[in-house]
Amino acid sequence: MSGREQILGTIRRSLKRDALSGAAREAAEARLRQHPVNIVPARAAGTPDERLRTFEHWATFNHATVARVAAAEVPQAVADYLTSNNLPARAVMAPDPALDRYDWGGRPLLELRRGLPLDADRVAITGALAGIAETGTLVLASGPAHPTSIHLLPETHVAVLREADVVGPMEEVFDRLRARYGEGVMPRTVCTVTGPSRTGDIEQQLELGAHGPRRLHILLVGD
Amino acid sequence: MSTVSEPSSHAPGRGKTVGLFVTCLVDMFRPSVGFAAVKLLEDAGCRVVVPDVQTCCGQPAYNSGDRGDARAVARQVIAAFEGFDHVVVPSGSCGGMIAHHFPGLFDDDRPMRQRAEALAARTHELMSFLVDVLGVRRVAARCDATVTYHDSCSGLRELGIKAQPRTLLAGVAGLKLAEMTNPEVCCGFGGTFCVKYPDISNAMLIDKTADIAGTGADTLLAGDLGCLMNMAGKLQREGKAVRVRHAAEVLAGMGDLPAIGEPERTEAPVSDRARPRAHRRTSAGS
Amino acid sequence: MQSTAHAFKANVGHALVDDNLQQSLAILKVGFSERRRQAAERLPEFEALRDRARDIKNHALAHLDFYLEAFEAKVTALGGHVHWAPTAADARAAVLDICRRAGARTVTKSKSMIAEEIALNDHLEAHGIEPVETDLGEYIIQLRREPPSHIIAPAVHLTKDQVADTFLEHHRKLGFDKRLTERNDLVAEARQVLRRRFLEADVGITGANFLVAETGSSMLVTNEGNADLTNTLPRVHVVIASIEKVIPTLEDAATLLRVLARSATGQESASYTTFNTGPRRPDDPDGPAEYHVVLLDNGRSSVLGTQMQDMLRCIRCGACMNHCPVYGAIGGHAYGWVYPGPIGAVLTPQLVGVEEAGNLPNASTFCGRCESVCPVRIPLPKLMRHWREREFERHLTPASVRQGLALWAFLARRPQLYRRATGIANRMLALFGRADGRYGWLPLARGWTRHRDFPAPQAGGTFHAQWKARGGARR
Repeated sequence: MSGREQILGTIRRSLKRDALSGAAREAAEARLRQHPVNIVPARAAGTPDERLRTFEHWATFNHATVARVAAAEVPQAVADYLTSNNLPARAVMAPDPALDRYDWGGRPLLELRRGLPLDADRVAITGALAGIAETGTLVLASGPAHPTSIHLLPETHVAVLREADVVGPMEEVFDRLRARYGEGVMPRTVCTVTGPSRTGDIEQQLELGAHGPRRLHILLVGD
Repeated sequence: MSTVSEPSSHAPGRGKTVGLFVTCLVDMFRPSVGFAAVKLLEDAGCRVVVPDVQTCCGQPAYNSGDRGDARAVARQVIAAFEGFDHVVVPSGSCGGMIAHHFPGLFDDDRPMRQRAEALAARTHELMSFLVDVLGVRRVAARCDATVTYHDSCSGLRELGIKAQPRTLLAGVAGLKLAEMTNPEVCCGFGGTFCVKYPDISNAMLIDKTADIAGTGADTLLAGDLGCLMNMAGKLQREGKAVRVRHAAEVLAGMGDLPAIGEPERTEAPVSDRARPRAHRRTSAGS
Repeated sequence: MQSTAHAFKANVGHALVDDNLQQSLAILKVGFSERRRQAAERLPEFEALRDRARDIKNHALAHLDFYLEAFEAKVTALGGHVHWAPTAADARAAVLDICRRAGARTVTKSKSMIAEEIALNDHLEAHGIEPVETDLGEYIIQLRREPPSHIIAPAVHLTKDQVADTFLEHHRKLGFDKRLTERNDLVAEARQVLRRRFLEADVGITGANFLVAETGSSMLVTNEGNADLTNTLPRVHVVIASIEKVIPTLEDAATLLRVLARSATGQESASYTTFNTGPRRPDDPDGPAEYHVVLLDNGRSSVLGTQMQDMLRCIRCGACMNHCPVYGAIGGHAYGWVYPGPIGAVLTPQLVGVEEAGNLPNASTFCGRCESVCPVRIPLPKLMRHWREREFERHLTPASVRQGLALWAFLARRPQLYRRATGIANRMLALFGRADGRYGWLPLARGWTRHRDFPAPQAGGTFHAQWKARGGARR
């Protein structure tokens, strides 16, 4: 008997039934198909403006920094951030077409490379699929526009998030994913990132920058 | 809101007959807690009956995995305490055993389970009975002391006893409450636990007595004699000058009795010192 | 790992005199519980979410076969592989086989309790493959060749100085020859050392916090980002997860996530919560070419439908141990196996046998603090009591305890005899203790009097004797 049959058989014996059938099976299938929403915290609700404020509050609470800028100011805001943190004006940028709308050429002192990150890269600039107001979380989906390693390897991650992409609760991200990739379909990774990498493993004291970025800076871009 | 100082036509417990489950520890070691309960209940207008056929609630067996003996003792308790308007227990632990655990002992015995559920629904820890059932908010007692209150685990988590003792203590003249940092953390008693795992129990107890001492209180109160004896024994062993009493004693105006573990000053039975004084206001220490 | 749960009492003895451990536990006892309390307060829906989380897990368990098959179908459709492992040995063999076929020399791992449960590292090492733990805490204890002492904070028993010594000893050969004194320097050094290991690893092995049947996703929650690097950089990603990790939908995951991080560390959310679904897609710039999920049973399927089923709801947040005064006194190693604290006291007898681990469910005051904070409302004291009942039924309870209980029960069931016995005991104790009000020593009560005095009974006899004498109402 295969391991599979053995495990499924024991489960069914323990539950005192055969494989699900009839109405019970249909109910379980419907749950997968309809994926009903459970309880959504009230803090995730609100007008778009309130959502932005909620996002900013919780992102900051979770040790990210947030700057609200206009689209035209994005390259300047990145350069300013790097300068004010004594970081090199050099970054690897995700091959995300959504980032092309910003006038990076207007900042010739900012040296940008598009593509995969290298271990030596100290700063990464990426877009984001969404922001979750409820917890101040960035949503980063893998794909041609976004290698997963780009928001992990460099010490500093600057994420460009459009205001229109800030949703209330995590459940709205799932709606967006289903709309984009199809029902029950996910890209290889959907990383939800809340603040910079951290550890409390030495004497339970918080240290930032364990393996991933030490700094997470979010540019919240108005339209 | 009602103030209980003496039985009167306004007494909220008037007409109610209460069966008192004394608990084995109170019976054996600190009868004054039982008499304090009697006084508080009578002052509230209740008629108090103490069934003869009571020994223990069954926890030693139940918590040792001996379900058979726990059921036997539970049957006895259920039979002895049927027919009262309420059953009152001056212990959150034994009260929790009856009100929370008895029905589950009879999952395979429907008639017994129903009787256990009926008893459970009528069974209350003393202070929560006074506050939650009778609506008592104030007792006439005096106790010139700074006290800290330990929330015994079963009462707190099985019966939701947290505010009730504090509500009543707030009305005791001369009493100040100084809370611990962690009043809700176990003292390390745990019934047979403290003798089966004495060293773990001791480590927990050391944390507890440090927390108690840190409040600066001169008196420690709680609603469970087991925890109180555990903490009193440690405070005394450590030479910490904190007196330890059951909260019911203070509420009943018996705060002048020797504290738990203190030498007796008289050979007179506690019952003589604790008779309800029906025609005068209680005021201990006066 | 080899269980030492049978030696619990000896383990406790060592733990209580270990100054470094006690120093660490002093921090733990206040930190975690306070942070969880604050996080719960910040979210008004927290209690309702706990109810819902419990219901989701109960539903998943009642339909476990269905959701496992649904999960498998999704993974397979994406080109991933699902390996069903009834036993720990099956799971070890499956992982080793994957590593061998990948020609792996080193594998990076992100913290997995299942890997501890099946002793995966020892198995890989014995077959010439080097496992490298990448969670900082897990890395530290791997260097020290110790088991984890906590399910989410494996090195919580160590002080900074101990970590500094360990790093100096093991990193010197890598060119780090300065003993560090600051926490941030220790973290930075580990980052540098482990970054090299990440980049050279052939296989990445992670656990999973949840498996989502709807999408075939395995979910990982970390603060360090090590799991993401583990599942992204190597050519092969292996997820090892026990069968009860499967839940129906992404929406269900969202609910469970809301209680997980808050219960574990008091965070609003962990830094990284990642849904991994299958291998690298054709147009992905990075990610593993192969994706495997090893599903471990190891006895769980036979717990379904029993009194103990509730233990399978556990989402491994660690709140029960963070709030347990027994764990707070002795730390995790004393429990002697992989899972410490209240959940360990319930799981360990299931997984290694109650003969081996009988002390664990007994070493509890039933204070109930664990149940009061469990995000999925596992009735931990009740489950510990079930184990005590199984022990009692099987005559594994110590003879002294059984004899004491038998005497107690004999008397407790005979109220008149009981009255006489307590009357005599009361008078004898009162006589001997009258002068001091307490005893520093009592026969048969050494467990008590070793550490504390025993209060003498009040004068005047038992309550019942006095009540009778007074003419109180009886029945």
